Amino acid sequence: MIHSLFLINSSGDIFLEKHWKSVVSRSVCDYFFEAQERATEAENVPPVIPTPHHYLLSVYRHKIFFVAVIQTEVPPLFVIEFLHRVVDTFQDYFGVCSEPVIKDNVVVVYEVLEEMLDNGFPLATESNILKELIKPPTILRTVVNTITGSTNVGDQLPTGQLSVVPWRRTGVKYTNNEAYFDVVEEIDAIIDKSGSTVTAEIQGVIDACVKLTGMPDLTLSFMNPRLLDDVSFHPCVRFKRWESERILSFIPPDGSFRLLSYHVSAQNLVAIPVYVKHSISFRDSSSLGRFEITVGPKQTMGKTIEGVIVTSQMPKGVLNMSLTPSQGTHTFDPVTKMLSWDVGKINPQKLPSLKGTMSLQVGASKPDENPTINLQFKIQQLAISGLKVNRLDMYGEKYKPFKGIKYMTKAGKFQVRT
Amino acid sequence: MTDSKYFTTTKKGEIFELKAELNSDKKEKKKEAVKKVIASMTVGKDVSALFPDVVNCMQTDNLELKKLVYLYLMNYAKSQPDMAIMAVNTFVKDCEDPNPLIRALAVRTMGCIRVDKITEYLCEPLRKCLKDEDPYVRKTAAVCVAKLHDINAQLVEDQGFLDTLKDLISDSNPMVVANAVAALSEIAESHPSSNLLDLNPQSINKLLTALNECTEWGQIFILDCLANYMPKDDREAQSICERVTPRLSHANSAVVLSAVKVLMKFMEMLSKDLDYYGTLLKKLAPPLVTLLSAEPELQYVALRNINLIVQKRPEILKHEMKVFFVKYNDPIYVKLEKLDIMIRLASQANIAQVLAELKEYATEVDVDFVRKAVRAIGRCAIKVEQSAERCVSTLLDLIQTKVNYVVQEAIVVIKDIFRKYPNKYESVIATLCENLDSLDEPEARAAMIWIVGEYAERIDNADELLESFLEGFHDESTQVQLQLLTAIVKLFLKKPTETQELVQQVLSLATQDSDNPDLRDRGYIYWRLLSTDPVAAKEVVLAEKPLISEETDLIEPTLLDELICYIGTLASVYHKPPSAFVEGGRGVVHKSLPPRTASRSESTESPETAPAGAPSGDQPDVIPAQGDLLGDLLNLDLGPPVSAPPLAASSVQMGAVDLLGGGLDSLIGDSNFGAPPAAVTTAAAPARLGAPVSSGLSDLFDLTSGVGTLSGSYVAPKTVWLPAIKAKGLEISGTFTRQVGSISMDLQLTNKALQVMTDFAIQFNRNSFGLAPAAPLQVHAPLSPNQTVELSLPLNTVGSVMKMEPLNNLQVAVKNNIDVFYFSTLYPLHVLFVEDGKMDRQMFLATWKDIPNENEAQFQIRDCPLNTEAASNKLQSSNIFTVAKRSVEGQDMLYQSLKLTNGIWVLAELRIQPGNPSLTDLELSLKCRAPEVSQHVYQAYETILKN
Repeated sequence: MIHSLFLINSSGDIFLEKHWKSVVSRSVCDYFFEAQERATEAENVPPVIPTPHHYLLSVYRHKIFFVAVIQTEVPPLFVIEFLHRVVDTFQDYFGVCSEPVIKDNVVVVYEVLEEMLDNGFPLATESNILKELIKPPTILRTVVNTITGSTNVGDQLPTGQLSVVPWRRTGVKYTNNEAYFDVVEEIDAIIDKSGSTVTAEIQGVIDACVKLTGMPDLTLSFMNPRLLDDVSFHPCVRFKRWESERILSFIPPDGSFRLLSYHVSAQNLVAIPVYVKHSISFRDSSSLGRFEITVGPKQTMGKTIEGVIVTSQMPKGVLNMSLTPSQGTHTFDPVTKMLSWDVGKINPQKLPSLKGTMSLQVGASKPDENPTINLQFKIQQLAISGLKVNRLDMYGEKYKPFKGIKYMTKAGKFQVRT
Repeated sequence: MTDSKYFTTTKKGEIFELKAELNSDKKEKKKEAVKKVIASMTVGKDVSALFPDVVNCMQTDNLELKKLVYLYLMNYAKSQPDMAIMAVNTFVKDCEDPNPLIRALAVRTMGCIRVDKITEYLCEPLRKCLKDEDPYVRKTAAVCVAKLHDINAQLVEDQGFLDTLKDLISDSNPMVVANAVAALSEIAESHPSSNLLDLNPQSINKLLTALNECTEWGQIFILDCLANYMPKDDREAQSICERVTPRLSHANSAVVLSAVKVLMKFMEMLSKDLDYYGTLLKKLAPPLVTLLSAEPELQYVALRNINLIVQKRPEILKHEMKVFFVKYNDPIYVKLEKLDIMIRLASQANIAQVLAELKEYATEVDVDFVRKAVRAIGRCAIKVEQSAERCVSTLLDLIQTKVNYVVQEAIVVIKDIFRKYPNKYESVIATLCENLDSLDEPEARAAMIWIVGEYAERIDNADELLESFLEGFHDESTQVQLQLLTAIVKLFLKKPTETQELVQQVLSLATQDSDNPDLRDRGYIYWRLLSTDPVAAKEVVLAEKPLISEETDLIEPTLLDELICYIGTLASVYHKPPSAFVEGGRGVVHKSLPPRTASRSESTESPETAPAGAPSGDQPDVIPAQGDLLGDLLNLDLGPPVSAPPLAASSVQMGAVDLLGGGLDSLIGDSNFGAPPAAVTTAAAPARLGAPVSSGLSDLFDLTSGVGTLSGSYVAPKTVWLPAIKAKGLEISGTFTRQVGSISMDLQLTNKALQVMTDFAIQFNRNSFGLAPAAPLQVHAPLSPNQTVELSLPLNTVGSVMKMEPLNNLQVAVKNNIDVFYFSTLYPLHVLFVEDGKMDRQMFLATWKDIPNENEAQFQIRDCPLNTEAASNKLQSSNIFTVAKRSVEGQDMLYQSLKLTNGIWVLAELRIQPGNPSLTDLELSLKCRAPEVSQHVYQAYETILKN
């Protein structure tokens, strides 16, 4: 099972280590540093690194490497999933997950890690339960603790641990009972030079924030559940009910959680809400290149596209760019060759465009690679797959909760080749 | 106020200060001090000196303080074992605490104190906790057994904790079950032989029930445990699959992959006609696709596993090509894996899309990725024949970009395409030659040189091109040097008149000026070959090469089956069985897919329900060509080894000898007949130098034909077919015999391992003449170490037929209790000559005329001083019958006939000159409707006559 965990910052310092079995010398990380050096970029460090006596499995999040050490055959996905859970927990506890914050809260971090694994076996990884065991630090509690001498470690047996619904604590009480659901869809797409779609798929999630008193039992039904043929559920969802009736029936955890994630693949038609017209040309002899892109709406079901940001990694040969946007602001970093254009809203009457010239190295031949354009955008009140919630019902409790549902579509990895 | 304040005290006497604070009367101060100690500990400062002071703080009702002290204890108990004893009492007391949280905490911490002296004191509290009324304590205690086992395995066994742990599998609480399974699995890993997880249908049922109710991590342990179970029939397998399938929709990817493992494994037992089988296949695709939208690290592990899955069951993902398309900001390790899977999924249906993508990738920035993309285009061409032309034109487009590394990769793969589709795309050579100067990588240079040598006759200035490479011969890498040597020899054989100087130059460079033994030996062989028998040289060097196939990239089927059992583990990431990398080989049990056992038809009649670890008869019977067995000395070319055809001079080509004669004479110069110049002796000239060249050569060729075709008498002596080193201690040697109409394979099995071998079985791959065992391999007693057994395996020729290359190649699989082993051997053709092979005289004449002259093959049998009578008798005993005899001008002509087991007649004319003792060569003409057998019939003649 998981032996040890090292947290390493991007400059290669180990700033926290935790061992669940015998202590593994931190020199084991030298193998990791070697791999890090070879990879040139942090994102490219391979997630599984063998060493003579151990295996190092790592994830890179928030500019921190979380490196787990294992000694025997352990499913690598198990380890990587666990590391992600550690990251999520830190974020949940401290709001952000960064080196200074972890250092500031090192004792809480240590206590939390101790509760998450026992001898390398996962013990409590649900944040609901962890928070019962070790209370997250808040300014108020710190003050109260210093005055009263109480601690931020709970002294109750975490009740959820053993019930049939281990994800929910008992005795939840709210004065305002509310349940919010966000349907968020991300479009991953590759568009080729001519504007036709190479691949397109939708990664959707339904995130919930449920603050309900007692033990509510919820059912959520959809207008068009047939869209959801590839889904992963939170453990609270009753799978049998879904299989037979296509209804989500569950006792929710308390607070925020991800109820469901789903995947609408390329075979189903995925609508592409934006198009990019581009003309990027280098000439062999001249040291000037021409650059022009225009962004416009395509299939948006009448909604506005907002938060549009266009980025593109320009070829190394491009020295500088002199561009004029019709709206928004743009930057070009001559060192990293990264072009970024913050467009904002797209007005269908007056399409935003960015035009100008690129100066190239004099005498150099024209670049081999074509820059890929990366697009970010948001569309409020639209689930691009067409998914719609039909109704939400609550059983088991008497009060009437306030219910809300929001839809949003975003660009995931949305790339346009030129 | 944050914890970072604990780091700020860097003053002198820090430890002293802390000590004072720890002994303070104020609770608050104490706690702060312990926090400071812990903070120092986490960043690796040594605070072990404070051990007694910290332990003193343990007796407290403050839970946080207690936990902090426990944290400290776990870290430092090992270094202060005597002090640690002080803590024991508190633990024992805490295990009796009314609060289950405290009890669990105590038992948890206890197990983490890795001090031998303490462990003994902990047995009693642990025993109590394992039977605690609170499941939270029980599940914590279960893990504690695994901890204790790690520290002192003997103690755990003596105390009977393992049995208690096994009982917990039937616990009413699913979390306790899951933890018990996890603990047992970990213990079992260090005891591969023990039957700790002895699963039966009842316990399986318990596990399946717990599976639905326990946490995600518990589900992983249970699924991994289920995967080791061997259902008794397909009905049980199906019912387990049905209950596992819902796990595919879990949000935790590790749960999903473990479920995939169970399904992939048990699916093997289901009949393909079953509706459920199809349903299951359909259900497997979406979760695998979903894994690819996760974080890159998860994607990587998923992709490595998908790579195995598409090789085992390509049908699952055959419609999902697009999800493997590469995004430009994927990490490089994800990109490379996606590319690999794209090629595996490439088929005629989607090749256009794939090619368009690959071409796109070839213009990306990352060099490694671009190279692999270009290679991928070549692999597509080899895999999907219909696409070859498009691939070649795509590659040409890429060469036009003139990007250096793209051009080089393209040339390397075009060489492979030539090997797969000879005489089809040679028109592109001109374009390739234009880029000659830009090649600076050895592999690309070697590939280009190979192309020039192979197609020397079509390239006008081939000699100039090769000469230009020769200038810097010593600076080239070995790969290029070897290739250059072979290419120039090829060129010389094709255009002998203009290139003598060149070949002389390269041979002397290779043999005299090089320190590389491979290069030197290859140089000598060519030299001798050219000087002794140019015709033979031509046949050897310019022999037709076997085509290459894309199979070379696939994982070998038995390994693949084993790896499928390890889906989701490190083994699946490395594509190696755990035995190859798990430390010390502990915990390694070979796993294999379950055999298909149908409950309905044969549940009673198949007594040997194959146990785990024993591959079944269902295993694919195609074996990969074991090229290395052919011991190929004259490995002339890149890529797969070429089996060199034995020396044979055809009189049809005699004219060529004259033509070459002059050139060779001058090449050899004044040195006596082929011996390299005297100066060479410094460079370890072959020991046989002084021996007659011809015998030296035949020695050489005995080596090349290696595995026992041409050696020995009528019944060749046994040769080693399978060396012990390749078969985990089993050595097999053998030969083929034919006696009164029956063929048999005489085998000698030697056990050179340390363990007894049993359960032998043998199987042949399909072969040219349908040879198959007529009876099972009977090894009556188990073969103990160092024992040898001889046996004769009767063969028949009614097996399935597939043309092999070479024709008499036989691939054999031998199984025993340890593993399955593969080897290939060549059988002498004369075992196939049947007894009724004597043709009637008239018939002979008519047939001889009837067979077209192109089917006539001529051979020389050298150094065979036999008289006509003796030769005829010798041949007759091997079922080659003399139909007629004629004497003309001191020459005897024997007309002979023989028939093969598959009914093919071969007619022969053997010319013997008994009157002239100096002419000991026999001349043989063979006529046959299937001319490809002639070569082997000739070999049989030679074997029989020379022994």
